[in-house]
Order: sequence, then C-alpha cells, then structure tokens
Amino acid sequence: MSITLSEAESRRVVAQHGVPVSPFVTGTNTDDVVAAVAADPQVTYPVVAKLCGRAIAHKTERGLVRLRIADESTLRAACDDLLAAARPDDGDVEVLVSTMLDGNRELIVGLNDDPQFGLTIMLGVGGILAEAIRDVAFRLVPISAIDAEEMIDDLATQRLLEEFRGEPALDRQALIDALVGLAAVGEQEAGIRSADLNPLILVDGKPVAVDALLEVDEAVAR
Amino acid sequence: MSHDLSALFDPKGIIITGVSNHPGKFGFVTLHNLLASGYEGAIFPVGREPGEALGRPVLGSIDEVPDGAADMVFICTPQAVNEDLLRAAAAKGVTAAFFAAAGYREAGPDGVEAERRLVALADELGIAVAGPNGQGVISTPSKMCAQIVAPYAPAGRIAVASQSGNFVSSFLNLAHHTGVGISRAVAAGNAAVLGIADYVEWFADDPETSVCLVYMESVDNGREMFDRLKAVAERKPVVVVKGGASDAGARAAASHTGALASDDAVFDGMCRQAGLIRARDVEEAFEVAATIATQPLPNGERVVVVTTVGGWGVAAVDAMSGSRLVATPLPADLHAAIDEKLPPRWSKNNPIDMAGGETRDTVPEILELAASHPEVDSVLFLGLGIQSNTAAMMREGEFYPDHGLERIVDFHERQDARYAEAAAEISARTGTPVLLATELANARPDNPGPAAVRSAGRMCHASAGRAIRSLDLMTRYADWRRARGL
Repeated sequence: MSITLSEAESRRVVAQHGVPVSPFVTGTNTDDVVAAVAADPQVTYPVVAKLCGRAIAHKTERGLVRLRIADESTLRAACDDLLAAARPDDGDVEVLVSTMLDGNRELIVGLNDDPQFGLTIMLGVGGILAEAIRDVAFRLVPISAIDAEEMIDDLATQRLLEEFRGEPALDRQALIDALVGLAAVGEQEAGIRSADLNPLILVDGKPVAVDALLEVDEAVAR
Repeated sequence: MSHDLSALFDPKGIIITGVSNHPGKFGFVTLHNLLASGYEGAIFPVGREPGEALGRPVLGSIDEVPDGAADMVFICTPQAVNEDLLRAAAAKGVTAAFFAAAGYREAGPDGVEAERRLVALADELGIAVAGPNGQGVISTPSKMCAQIVAPYAPAGRIAVASQSGNFVSSFLNLAHHTGVGISRAVAAGNAAVLGIADYVEWFADDPETSVCLVYMESVDNGREMFDRLKAVAERKPVVVVKGGASDAGARAAASHTGALASDDAVFDGMCRQAGLIRARDVEEAFEVAATIATQPLPNGERVVVVTTVGGWGVAAVDAMSGSRLVATPLPADLHAAIDEKLPPRWSKNNPIDMAGGETRDTVPEILELAASHPEVDSVLFLGLGIQSNTAAMMREGEFYPDHGLERIVDFHERQDARYAEAAAEISARTGTPVLLATELANARPDNPGPAAVRSAGRMCHASAGRAIRSLDLMTRYADWRRARGL
C-alpha cells in the first residue's frame, strides 16, 4: 500500500533535490500562517492558500484552494475558512501559503512506477490540460542531463517553448536541472511510487512547481 | 550473461530430428530447405523409420551420428521424446539446439511443465536452446535455411530476431523484394531459454552483421532488456518494431503522471533513452534497417533534395515537417557551383529542381557537389528511372529499333544505371548518405534505375516520404550517438 505525502512535505522533498518550487510557508492555525507570511520576504502578495494534509490529494475538487489573495485580512479569512472545512478523516492538516506566480505556459513533470520498466520520469505539456493534450515524453530513472535534454526535444509542442506572448523562451538548462532533480528524488528517496509536479509554470522562462504530490510506500512514510 | 551462439548460426554439422519421407512434415521440409539453400556442413537426418529422404540417408538414432560431427540439432519431434533426444545430441558434442517442436508453454499446463524441464535440461547440458515453438533460423554466411517454412534470403548485413515467426518471413520477403540482404534471422518462439536480448547481444559481436532488426510483442523483464539493448545500441544500430503498441487507454492511477503513462508512451521513451530506432510498422522497420545497412550515418539534419521536376521535391520537403530533418538553405558556394552546371531556370533553392536542364553528366555532378559539401548532411535524389521508363515505352512500341530509337533507348537506360552507381559511389566516398526514391522500385523493379540500385546493393525507396522517414530515424540514432560521444 502507498500513501500520498502532503503538498508541503512533497514540496520540501523535491526542493531538497534542486527542483524549483514556488516560495511557501505553512501553519496549523491562522495566526501562525499570517505571521509566517509576514516573516518570509519571498512569499509576497498576491498569494495562494491551500489546506493540505496527507489524506488530501485532490484539493481543487474539494474547494480547498483559494487563489489571488491580495492582502493580509483576506488571507486571514481564507485561513479560517480552510481550517473550518477540514473533516475528521483528513487527519493532520495545515494551511500552505505560496506566492501566486504569473506565467501563461504550464508543464507537467512526474514520476511513475511502471509495471514493466520500474520507475519512470515524465515531462508533458499542459498542466491541468495535460491529460487531454497527451504530449509527453518518458524515460527510465535514473536519467542523465542528455536524456533530460532529449525529453524536451521529444515534445511535439516545441513552439510553446520558444518566445511566447512577450515571455522569454524556455530556459532549457533550468528544466534539465529540474528533471534531473526529480529523477534523483525517485532514485535516492526510499519507496517513491509516483510524483506529480502539476503544474510547473514557466516564470520568465524558468520552470517553477506550484503544486507537488509524492506517493510513497506506506512502510517508508514516517 | 551472454551466450555463445556460433553453433546456432554457423554450425559445422546439423542433426535434424523427426525426418520422414512425408513432404508435408516439418522434418522433411527442414531437410529440404537446408539442401536448397546450399548448406555445406554435414547434415544428419534422424527419423523413426530409417531409410532415405531427398536422397539422403535417414538415421534411426542420434547414436549413429559420428562423435563431434554435428554441433547443432534441429528438433521437429513431438515434445514427449525431446528430452532424450537432447541428451543424445549433447553426448555427440552438440552445443546449440533449435526447437521447432510445439507442445510447450503455448499448450497448457503440461506444456508449461515440459518447458520448465527443457530450461533446466538446457542449463544442465550447457546447450543454447532456441524456441521451442519457433519456425527456425537462417544464416547466409553458412548458406543455412534451417526453417520449417520459406523463404531463405539474399545475403546481406541485417540480422533479425523476432518474437513472431511470421514477421521473420515478412522481413525475409522484403529482403528479396529490395535486394538488401540478411546475415542471420531467428524466430525466438516461446523464448524459453534464449530471448531477443541474447540474440541481439550475439549480433553485436557478429562481424557479418551491421544492423539488428527486432520484432517484439511482450516485454518480460523491461529493466534488464533496456540495459542490455542499450549496451548493444552503443555498438550497433538496433531497429525495433513492437506489436501490441496501440494505446490501451489510461490506467487506473492515482497520479496524473500514471494516467499519462500508456504502455506505448513508456516504451517509446525507453527506446529513445536506449538509442533503439523504433519503427512504426514492419515495412518501415525493414526499410530503415536496409538503409542503415547500406549507407553511412548522417552527421546532422541538413538534407539537400535533388529532383528533375518540381512536385517530388515539394513532397519530400512536406515529409520533413514533424521530423528532425530540414531542407537546408543552399550555401552560397554550393549555389554558385550548381549555377555553373545548370541553365538559369533551375530552382536556385533547395530542393534543387534541375527543371529538365540536365545533360549527360549533370546528375552525378550535382550529387557529388551536394554530398561533398561540409554543410550538407544527406542527399535525396528523386527522378531516377524516368528516362528508362520513356525508353521502355519506346522499346515496347512498334517503331523500335528503327528511327534512332535503339540508340536513344540505350542512352536513357545507361543514364539511369549511371545515376544509381554514382549515388552509391559518391556516398561511400564522401561518407554522406545519398538516398534514391522512385515508385518504379515497386511498379517496374526491372527498370534500369531501381535495378542498378539493387545491383549496387542498396535500398531504392518507393517514395520520397518513405526515404525521408528512414533518413529521419537514422538521423535520430546518429544524434543519440553524437550526444553521448559515441
């Protein structure tokens, strides 16, 4: 059996391996959350607030994501709402607040334990639309930087990676580093079954994960 | 673990079990095919009823085979007797066996058990066992068609390993059709002992083979197969076509990534990572293998297309969209050099449309200029065979050979043969692939254009699009090698 780590736990694990994630703080009550935002110069308004916990994998479907929070008083109200929405079977929960990033282009990056080939890494186009677009490239973990570069080349939608609507072209080296970093998560962390970094937003051409979900073997989840 | 398969592919003597006088039985057919292909080693047919088959003595028992005279046994007998036969063959010095016999894993629980015992026995005796339930093995360096079916194949440098016997036959038929030949071919059958990776590893060391061609359906131990085939691809090109590759739809998966991980997408990524050249179907797989077997690998994606008329060039450039290839703008010095050779109405662009302005030596000269230019990675010539097609109509008409027709027919036919020969010679000398494509390869294979391509040992593609597809796959493999310093 496997369980999913909370978004905050997942973000910390992938960030340790060099995968860029949007700046964030967490707290278990509204006062702590607001204080943590005030104390972290990297987390700047507008922000996103989400209720997260190991048992909460699909936050959007349950209305547990609040976007474009412009100031502290709105954040305070959002935190109160989110914490009140927790159910007893959600277990331990906390509020995660991250900087709301701007970018028109979204990618998806993930890991999946394949029945034939073992752990694989995927790069795809589209964020929430990824499953409709199905423009994806897989490799077996581990990967080299060359493999990562070829994954980018394999995407059919190359024009999305060039200069686009006033945004610069994809920083390919930054995406290569993110892919190699996520592959290292799969290779070095025990019991990884799957990972979703969805979406990975291109901010000034650089990929930044704004959501993360790791699925691990129950036996290794502390 | 790599097996020595030299006794399977180059045996000095072959024992065939299950040989009778019945021309419909596998033992008889195998004996026939071995004799028909001109196998020069010793052949020992063994059958239940001693006597004669095809003028050859049939022995009543393997015990009658002289010690050390055979190193391969081809098994056509019923499953129940084969363990004893394999022991007897081993006692005579046999080190490789092909089991055409059925009645193993494909035949239910008893067969599964028999196959398990066969694997153990092969291990005990130290025999490399191919099959069971396979159609056979061919090896042109040994003039050996040890198969229960046709065909044999012309000699060449493509080695085939297939999880389907039918597709071995398909590849061999395509070898006959194109004239680009085969070094070895083996049907893995149930692959009880030897699997695709074992064969391909042996091909990697085989000096008679320059490209491996694989058909597979099932992947048992994916990670091990990936590691082994990647190690081969670092040394020799491996073309793979996979059956059952259609997307069965998203799996039930907790993650978005899992939902996107169709078998086909994961297999495709595995191939890209391992440097395997994945073809879409059997025909494309053969064509890219045949192109690689007979052309140098391109150094990059810049293609120059040379045509005698416009439309084909357009089709070739269309075929490049969605590929790695580009119709490179003509470098200024190449443009200037072509200006010297052609009247002013030529396209002055890539595709180089000669617009009918060519004279006797123009085509070889333009091919030479393009192929030897450092900023050109491959060349495609379209227009082969047109002159000979004109000649054919003249030759077949009522006016031939009078009215000067004999002379012009002769000229046209010599010209097409020259173009084919020049393309082969120029690509061999410059290290730049020069591909030729015309539907006459299929429509009129006796046309002196495609016929001369065959004589030069090369692949004449049936269309610009198919030539571009082979070239694209070759270019990707060359890119994969270059990125890894290979």
